[in-house]
Amino acid sequence: MNIFLFAVSAALVNNVVLVQFQGICPFIGVSKNTKTAAGMGGAVIFVMTLASTVTSLIYYYVLVPLDLKYMNTIAFILVIAGLVQFVEMFLKKKMRALYSSLGVYLPLITTNCAVLGIAITNVQKELSVGMSILNGFFSAVGFAIAIVILASIREKTEHNKIPEAFKGGPIVLLAAGLMAMAFNGFSGLM
Amino acid sequence: MNRCVERLYNGIIKENPTFVQMLGMCPTLAITTSAINGIGMGLATTAVLVMSNLMISMFRKVIPDKVRIPAYIVIIASFVTIVSFLMQAFTPELYESLGVFISLIVVNCIILGRAEAYASKNPVIYSVFDGLGMGLGFTLGITIIACIREFLGAGTIFGITVTAELFEPIGIFTASPGAFFVLAFIVAFINSRAIRKARKKGGRPELCRIADCASCQNVMCQGRRTESAENGLETAPSDENGRKEQA
Repeated sequence: MNIFLFAVSAALVNNVVLVQFQGICPFIGVSKNTKTAAGMGGAVIFVMTLASTVTSLIYYYVLVPLDLKYMNTIAFILVIAGLVQFVEMFLKKKMRALYSSLGVYLPLITTNCAVLGIAITNVQKELSVGMSILNGFFSAVGFAIAIVILASIREKTEHNKIPEAFKGGPIVLLAAGLMAMAFNGFSGLM
Repeated sequence: MNRCVERLYNGIIKENPTFVQMLGMCPTLAITTSAINGIGMGLATTAVLVMSNLMISMFRKVIPDKVRIPAYIVIIASFVTIVSFLMQAFTPELYESLGVFISLIVVNCIILGRAEAYASKNPVIYSVFDGLGMGLGFTLGITIIACIREFLGAGTIFGITVTAELFEPIGIFTASPGAFFVLAFIVAFINSRAIRKARKKGGRPELCRIADCASCQNVMCQGRRTESAENGLETAPSDENGRKEQA
C-alpha cells in the first residue's frame, strides 16, 4: 500500500480519538494548555510506537507458534503495563533530559485505551510487524494532532462568556464534537 | 441484606458511573450508536465487573499489596477474554458491531476502580452486589445515551421505528460528532439542575467532573499525582481542580 495514503488514513481519516473514541480520558483531561498537551502527545507517540512494535513481535513470535492467539488481550495489557514501567525506569536512569519532558505523562498512558486498542487492532487487521509499527506511530501522531488542536481551542475560549451549565466539561465536549465534524471531512481524501 | 440493597442503589443512582462519576467515557462515546449496542456493552461490562469483584474479594487476603495491580489486571483480563468468547459464540452480530471495545473492557476505569476502592477491602457478598450495582448503573447510563442517539440519528429505538416517519432522522447523531454533542448536552443538563438546586439552598453547585484527569479513578497514576503536580501537570487533587474551574 502507498505509505503516504496509509499515514493519512491512520492519522487523520481514522483518527484514534475523534473517530475511534480511544483515549478520551487524556484527550479531555490533559488538554488545558498547549504545552502539556504537546508533552502528552509526544509521550503517546513514544509509547504507542514502542508498544505496537513489542506487541506485534510477541504476537507473531510467541503467541502464534504456541497457538495461544486467544490470549492476546491478557498478554498485551501485561506487556504494555510492564513496558511503560520499564521505559520510565530506563529514562529516569539513563536519559534525564527526555525523562523530565515525558516522564510525568508515562503513568497516565499505561491504562490509556488507545495503546491497547491499537495493539489489538493491528492483530485483528493482521498487519505485518513493519506495518504495525507504522500504524502505531501514525495513529499516535493523529492523537497528538487532535490533543494539541483541542488545547489551542480551549486556550482561546477560556475567558469567553458561556452559559454556567456549559462551563468545564460540556464546552470541551462540544469543541471536540466540532473537531470530529472537521475530521470527518478527511474521509473524502481516501 | 440491607447493605446489599444499599450497594445496588449506590451503583445505579447515587454514584452512577456514567452520569455522576463520568467514568468509562471511551465506550460511552463509541458504542452508543444504537440501543442494542448500548445494552450489550453494558451487560458485558456488568458480567466482567461482578466476576472480577467476586474473585478479587475472595483473594483479597492472599494477594500481596505490592503486586495487587498486576494481579487485578490479570483477573480482569481473564474474565474479559471469557466474555468475549461467549459473545463471539452466542451473539456474533453484537460481537461484530462492538468490535475492539469488548477487549477494551480491560482498561475501563470503572472495573479497576471498583476493584481498588471496594472489592479489595470488603467481604465477597457485598463486593458482588457492588459490582452488580455499578454494572447496572453503567448499563442504564449508556443505554439512555444510546436511545437518544438512535432516536435522533435513525428515528428508531431498539430497531423499532418510533417517529412514524414524521421527520427525517438527523444522521450526524449516529456518526462520531453526535456522540460528543449528545454527551455535552446531557452533562450540561445535569449541571444546570445542580446549579438550580444550589441556588435554592445556597452554596456551591456540584458540577460534573469530566474535564479533569484526576476525577478518573485510574489507579495506575495514583500516588504520582503529587509528583506530577509539582511538574506543572494539572492532575492536582480533584476537588481543588473542580473549585478552580467553577471560580
